Amino acid sequence: MMLLVLGLALAVGFAPPSDVTARDAPNDDGREILVNWTPPDNDRLISYRVLRQADGAGAWDTVGMAGRRASSYSDKGTEDGIEYHYSVVAVYEDGFVGSEPSAYAVSGPQWFNADRWRHIAATLLFSFLIVLFTIMARRGSKLFIRRISGLDAVEEALGRATEMGRPILYVPGLSSIADVATIASLNILSEVAKKTAKFNTPLIVPNRDPIVFTVARETVKEAYTTAGRPDAFTQDMVFFVTTQQFAYTAAVNGIMVRDKPATNFFIGMFWAESLILAETGAATGAIQIAGTDALSQLPFFITACDYTLIGEELYAASAYLSHEPLLMGAVKGQDYSKIVILSVIILLTALALVFSIPVLDIF
Amino acid sequence: MKRRLPLIIVLVLGVFGAVAFVIPHPIVQNIDTSIRNDVVRIITAFSLVLGVGSIIRHHVVKAKRKAEHWPYSYVTLVSLAVTAILGLFGGIDPTSPGILFRGAVGNVLSELHIQTLYDNVMIPLGATMFSLLAFFMASAAYRAFRARNFEATLLLVAAFILMLGAVPLGRMLIKPLPAFAEWILTVPNTAAKRGIMFGVGLGTIATSLKIILGVERGWLGGGGS
Repeated sequence: MMLLVLGLALAVGFAPPSDVTARDAPNDDGREILVNWTPPDNDRLISYRVLRQADGAGAWDTVGMAGRRASSYSDKGTEDGIEYHYSVVAVYEDGFVGSEPSAYAVSGPQWFNADRWRHIAATLLFSFLIVLFTIMARRGSKLFIRRISGLDAVEEALGRATEMGRPILYVPGLSSIADVATIASLNILSEVAKKTAKFNTPLIVPNRDPIVFTVARETVKEAYTTAGRPDAFTQDMVFFVTTQQFAYTAAVNGIMVRDKPATNFFIGMFWAESLILAETGAATGAIQIAGTDALSQLPFFITACDYTLIGEELYAASAYLSHEPLLMGAVKGQDYSKIVILSVIILLTALALVFSIPVLDIF
Repeated sequence: MKRRLPLIIVLVLGVFGAVAFVIPHPIVQNIDTSIRNDVVRIITAFSLVLGVGSIIRHHVVKAKRKAEHWPYSYVTLVSLAVTAILGLFGGIDPTSPGILFRGAVGNVLSELHIQTLYDNVMIPLGATMFSLLAFFMASAAYRAFRARNFEATLLLVAAFILMLGAVPLGRMLIKPLPAFAEWILTVPNTAAKRGIMFGVGLGTIATSLKIILGVERGWLGGGGS
């Protein structure tokens, strides 16, 4: 095959791709070799065909095609530990010509993805700040956190439900336990349940995800025990409904319309059902406190609910409600991390605007 | 130990999950995938049993006590039983029939599979609930666009410009309106969204870190530290 290709090259006189190199693809789990070449300078070039020969094998196999502007190809079908060499055939309008074979290359997996240094650096920096402020809080430093009206309203909303003798509905979102927003919601549920235990207010927690249901039930049970009211906890408070999105929505709407909770909490991850839930709750006259990090659902909650925890407020809520110094330290760490991010953005924007430095290349 | 064991598991798996993000080697990735898929699936299967137990218990108790709206509990229990029987013994669809109506050739029962139930009950009911969104959107828009304060007025004006900019009439009335509407969407709107996303990202890191280090124990039911 190679002889044929090289022979044709000589026959028609077209320039072949030069400097063909092959190397193991970096930062991957193996089975990939990168092939690079210098394209010939010819307007009649149509495309490239990449050929591969395994060590010891006589045959050359076509492993892929590349467009006329390409100068590299990623062969994702290699076997780790085997030596391959490559040739790139330039296909012209009226003929084709192959390059000299590359040196041998071997694919293999790596133990470190160097491409992710930015993630590591940022995570380490933010983790350092969070741990630093948590340690400071442990040592007794006074930390100030701005008032969050949605969380200040929790006491008021619970008091209202108690006075009216009506239940509190807590929807922990529709996502799974793998969603951090769900975990944040369960942390808030813990604080809300402690207060409902204290006020002896009925609590209703319908669940969509079976794992979230199990964790939510334990969370509420433990909160009632912590509040000194284990007798007030009943299994019926926290129950599983269905995994179907709109069947769940219909069930929760039914609870709102029939049981008329005085306060509705919609905290966690929501999708299209957010407005259906929040509007039904608003129609029943309940005080509604929502919280989500789903950007597309925030406008619906802001419109239909009395208070909305926006994005990060959701994560700060358990610290805010519990007044636990260690948790407050983490919130403070988040605030300082934001200062770092903003400073970097302002600095790099200024550098880009004033000195025309291509700052995006840094990242 | 009852409390320490979950904390140790979370610490080990949490650190492993973070480390696996920067190690592409198949040994690490296969373990990570196995934990994320297989282990989670097994736990979900067990918790689903608890979930079904919960819904049965919830409605049986309600029906027994003749609590308010108790007839609905019977509807739920009967629906649950019919779906379960059909799912277990009725087959998935005509290509994979079950044992329930195997002899019933040519009548309506022979067409009854879990897919029949899904296509004719679940999908229409789900679509009905989803359709309600259109009406709720109108009522929510009415509430939002009442210019009660500065923010609501700003929302009203921005929404009016965006809606008018998206239809041909807007361009006919004011030529640069679609471009201005596009600018509102891509510049101030994106800036606000990115601000929220920064907060969410940091909140996610902080919450994960608090849970991995055992500072946040609300998910264990104990709250605080």
